[in-house]
Amino acid sequence: MKTSLTHQLWTFPGGIHPPERKDLSNQVAIATLPLSSVYRVPIKQHSGAAGPIIVSPGDKVLRGQPLTAAELPGQLPVHAPTSGTIAKIGPGRVAHPSGLPDTLIEINADGADQRQTLEPIGDYQAFSAADLITRITAAGIAGLGGAGFPTAQKLNQQRPLEALIINGVECEPYITADDRLMREHALDICRGTMILLHIVNCERAILAIEDNKPEAVASFTAVLNEFPAIELRVIPTKYPSGGEKQLIQILTGRQVPSRGLPIDLGFLMQNVGTAYAVARAVEHGEVLDQRVVTVTGENVDKPGNYWVRLGTPVADLLAHTGFRAEPQQRVIMGGPMMGFTLPDLTVPIVKISNCVLVPSTQELEPAQTEMPCIRCGACADVCPAQLLPQQLQWLAKAKDYDGLEQQNLFDCIECGACAYVCPSEIPLVHYYRKAKAEVRTIAREKAQAEVARQRFEARKERLEREKQERLERHRQAAEARKKAQAEAQQQGAPNPQDAVQAAIARAKARKAALAAAKAKQEDDSSA
Amino acid sequence: MSLVTGLLVFAGLALIFGLILGFAAVRFKVESDPIVDQIDAILPQTQCGQCGYPGCRPYAEAIANGDEINKCPPGGEATIKKLADLMGVEAKPLDSAHGEESVKKVAVIREDECIGCTKCIQACPVDAILGAAKQMHTVIAHECTGCDLCVEPCPVDCIDMVPVTPKTETWQWDLQQIPVKVVES
Repeated sequence: MKTSLTHQLWTFPGGIHPPERKDLSNQVAIATLPLSSVYRVPIKQHSGAAGPIIVSPGDKVLRGQPLTAAELPGQLPVHAPTSGTIAKIGPGRVAHPSGLPDTLIEINADGADQRQTLEPIGDYQAFSAADLITRITAAGIAGLGGAGFPTAQKLNQQRPLEALIINGVECEPYITADDRLMREHALDICRGTMILLHIVNCERAILAIEDNKPEAVASFTAVLNEFPAIELRVIPTKYPSGGEKQLIQILTGRQVPSRGLPIDLGFLMQNVGTAYAVARAVEHGEVLDQRVVTVTGENVDKPGNYWVRLGTPVADLLAHTGFRAEPQQRVIMGGPMMGFTLPDLTVPIVKISNCVLVPSTQELEPAQTEMPCIRCGACADVCPAQLLPQQLQWLAKAKDYDGLEQQNLFDCIECGACAYVCPSEIPLVHYYRKAKAEVRTIAREKAQAEVARQRFEARKERLEREKQERLERHRQAAEARKKAQAEAQQQGAPNPQDAVQAAIARAKARKAALAAAKAKQEDDSSA
Repeated sequence: MSLVTGLLVFAGLALIFGLILGFAAVRFKVESDPIVDQIDAILPQTQCGQCGYPGCRPYAEAIANGDEINKCPPGGEATIKKLADLMGVEAKPLDSAHGEESVKKVAVIREDECIGCTKCIQACPVDAILGAAKQMHTVIAHECTGCDLCVEPCPVDCIDMVPVTPKTETWQWDLQQIPVKVVES
């Protein structure tokens, strides 16, 4: 098992080499975005459930103050990005391709930017893993690479690790947020990595960087001799090398099983941005209230990377960077391969927003009309998960969900390589996402139906039981009555049956007397 | 003579096989009709009774005994198709006498109008309404199957059937629905 992590590098099947366009935004140092007047903080910014809201409109908050609590596993708090007043809490548009509203906390900034921090932890080695994980949860850290999985939950596993992998690959074109962070904050990333190693009780960390980022590699080589536990691996540039499963295959030559996790092979992966956030949270007590966002594309004057507070409206970010909208301008959150077009510019930057791309029409063509599949097979050649994209596409269109599962639809990482090479301009990933959502809906409905069936049957049983109990009660009451009577009789009380007989006899006697009287009357009148 | 031997041999064989079959019938007895379970698994478990039977399982039993498969409006075309596959019959359009297929709904009690009569609680087939006599009632939304059965008994008409709106987690990637896709210059 140990032999799999040598200096040798492997490769994964497929992959593409799209134009990188990274030099557009990686030339200048990370700048800080000036404060906005209004921040809109979505309460759910990670994959998992949102925590309960613990502030109310009108409350004064400080920068770094939690706005939601994390009570259950999978919940993460969100924090105020600056000091100010809670203006309102309610539904608003969030960074999601659906454009559907979600709960936002709107904060009017007071401009003072007063900050509250957690108690800095000086010597993290004196603290247990559980304490540090609590700190990482309290700081609201979610995986900053893209999926936004709660970091604490990922660290909170009990299986032994072969190595921790720190992902600095950043393979998607245009995006340079991790690149700039690595160049400028290599030391903090290494310290964060050491903290993560301490938490997962592992001695080895592999830092992977693509060979198109020589400056980032240089800044790490300058500091890495202080950190013997961290090994640097420079991997060849290919999209999507930064995918979790793809990177593990490159570093070890082994494949993460279908529907499995890296931990099944003894690996855990964290993004460089996450390692940086962990270092800040532990050593400085800073919560995750800002991140590096790449603003790029030919329609901004000042492309580059910016420290952006979470909750900053995209419009403010673009206004600062000299955004020139052309007719039918698209604004893409994320990169050109995996990003999505924003419904409008009021949506806020969240923990997983690594890039805002404002392309010109020449730069990134708008979606073309879909043409029929010509079965060229180019998509299958580039699929990094070795799926059959055209097969999946047909099955998705035919809504053959069993077939899709057989073709391992859920191993698709939605990297978009197939759609990129498709000569017929078929939006393949869109079909897969739709099919995945439908499969999930069916599974959810099936689970709900099962619950409903159980509840229906439980109710039927309950009604039947209650009926039996009622009958039983009536029977017992009747028996008790009879018994009480018999006992009373034994003790000399008159038999109620006798009283009845007596009453009948009395009634009969009265009737007879009446009849006699009547007969007498008739006799008298006739006489 | 050979005739008698033949008769005896076959009578003996018949006896042996009869015993084996008799034993198997007792030993491998099927408790409930598996086809009913299979049909029940396909039905949406709304327990709404729109099919004319008091719940999904009774309708499943009826289908197993030869009733039509197109009487379930909550299940709609998808359920009819699956039932047709299972029963080996032709899929038919939904029988409109039993209702139309519509979006999934959930019952909501207007709580300030509720008088606490418990009639809806008794009507709910899945015990998804909470409350007691002369106390306000409320629907446990995630247990509600949207069957409609509580609406009619309510003497003050304070129950609404509200369509379930998609959330970001349940969204179906229907990109046509996004109101604004591009920024106006």
